[in-house]
Amino acid sequence: MKSGSNLEKVLAAGHFSVTAECGPPRGADPDVVRRKAALVKGNVDACNVTDNQTSVVRMSSTAGCMLIKETGIEPLLQMVVRDRNRIALQSDILGASALGIRNILCLSGDHQKFGDDPQAKNVFDIDSMQLIHLVKTMRDEGIFPSGNKLEGAPQFFIGCAVNPFADPFDIRVPRLKMKIEAGADFVQTQCIYNMDKFKTYLDLAKKDGLHEKVKILAGVTPLKSAGMAKFMKKMVAGMDIPDAVIKRIADEPKEKQAAKGIEMCIEQIQELKEMEGISGIHVMAIEWEEKLSEIIGGAGLLPRPVVE
Amino acid sequence: MITGTPKPIEEILQMLEPYDTIILAGCYGCVTVCRVGGEKEVEILASTIRLAREASGKKITIKEVCLERQCDPEYIETMRPYVEDYQAVLSIACGAGIQFLAEKYMLTPLLPGINTGFLGVTERQGEWAERCQGCGDCVLHLTGGICPVTRCAKSLFHGPCGGSSKGICEVGKDVPCGWQLIVDRLKSLNQMDNYTKLKPYKGWNTSRDGGPRRIFREDMI
Amino acid sequence: MLKAFENGADGVMVMGCLEGNCHFVNGNFRARARVARVSRILETIGIGAERIRMFNLSAGEGARFAAFVSEFTDEIRNLGPSPINVARQEPAKIPTGEINV
Repeated sequence: MKSGSNLEKVLAAGHFSVTAECGPPRGADPDVVRRKAALVKGNVDACNVTDNQTSVVRMSSTAGCMLIKETGIEPLLQMVVRDRNRIALQSDILGASALGIRNILCLSGDHQKFGDDPQAKNVFDIDSMQLIHLVKTMRDEGIFPSGNKLEGAPQFFIGCAVNPFADPFDIRVPRLKMKIEAGADFVQTQCIYNMDKFKTYLDLAKKDGLHEKVKILAGVTPLKSAGMAKFMKKMVAGMDIPDAVIKRIADEPKEKQAAKGIEMCIEQIQELKEMEGISGIHVMAIEWEEKLSEIIGGAGLLPRPVVE
Repeated sequence: MITGTPKPIEEILQMLEPYDTIILAGCYGCVTVCRVGGEKEVEILASTIRLAREASGKKITIKEVCLERQCDPEYIETMRPYVEDYQAVLSIACGAGIQFLAEKYMLTPLLPGINTGFLGVTERQGEWAERCQGCGDCVLHLTGGICPVTRCAKSLFHGPCGGSSKGICEVGKDVPCGWQLIVDRLKSLNQMDNYTKLKPYKGWNTSRDGGPRRIFREDMI
Repeated sequence: MLKAFENGADGVMVMGCLEGNCHFVNGNFRARARVARVSRILETIGIGAERIRMFNLSAGEGARFAAFVSEFTDEIRNLGPSPINVARQEPAKIPTGEINV
């Protein structure tokens, strides 16, 4: 056991694992987090708490993690390198571990121009690859990267993100390999709509045996409407939504599209469950957390296993 | 070269409010090449200021000069015979030149007429682009001659990030993804193992982050 | 162009060949961009963008030339003297506080 986290234990026991996502509020009100947590509880093995996503200032990820931990959900700390130098990153890693957080997702972070503070300084002291390496060094060697000994090593199950649909495609699997080499224990993929392309990616990864070296959690996002699908296809970089998928939901009358989106998501999860090399799913039902139990239950993944 | 963009004329006029006689100093170096601070630009800016000032009822006398460079003491000295005859100097050289003038003429207010920008190259006449951040620890041999610190908006060493789309960076459609460029170049040079190598954390102490820098050539001092 | 205004012009006409027929190939296109730049400067400093304009015509179009000049002259006359000329006709401001009678 590298961290003893619930997610790690569930995966090690061979179960198909489930994670979801919680975005902290744009303010100091803890009840917003508690309300979301109530919708997530019981549906996941761990729940991601985002870190100032799209550079929009929100309650800190660590605080969000502690609030959901209090309700009995295992937190997964997302940490971006956009805003903190290596001193602050190390410090936050030690602090989070001390508070009992056991899962971490190492990310670059969207450029600050997307948020409300485009004039903020660009940190990126180290990149996400090096952050993975940093956490691994502290955890496994009990030292700071500078070489000095730690008074207590942080215990983290280390994750990273991959996007099989980003450009250029031919470096996607080499990048996964690099992240594994840097120390990643699990990966969460960008949300998948193009299953064919995803299978191509997965096959290439399996050729290098990467599915055995890292736990792959496939990302899914239920579509609320055809409009949402079209918007994401047009506006979100690195999002691959085939026209056939959009047509399927667009063919429904407007008031039935949400239900269709959930049906399509459940189908997709069932297909992913059968794929060799996929160890679980990461359900990003952003601002639609109330549908989580319907989706996860509908895919036959409830109740979540309890592993000692 | 060092590039810059002209300060808005309103800002310059505001800086010049207290003065009736100034020197407007350009530079034949970098700012001439990027068409922001050379002899022609001195003439245009001087005319503009004179027109604006006279129209608002407060004339101004401008001595127009263009120095060979403003970053070497010998060329700055050429102003010494007349600098005290004027109330201020408005310089449209780069920030280094402006500061050097200020150091050499401590009793004369020194005003910046341009916003100094970046170390860049002329992609075509009228278009200059950033190439170097002066990080003090060059790795161009590892990245096919393309700088990850400068050309990647996040200065990543293991890019591209998830925001790279069709070779374009997430910060803007006219910003090529630095890491796409690096990958393409490494492929053509047959050096893709430079890509998959894990790189050590960048030492930013050789850049300005470590403090204002200085070079000592003992063999020259 | 700016010097012309400094020397007291109320308006400036820049004449170039018809587009596509420039004796210097694309000198007239460059000139258009430069006239536009000066026009913007003049607007920002309160002289007025309309006081400078580019006209394209061929060397043989005498009547058209005359028409352009008449038209532009009338426009400038309507705008009145340039603020520079207005300022130059007012009593000079003397910093010592003496009044010029």
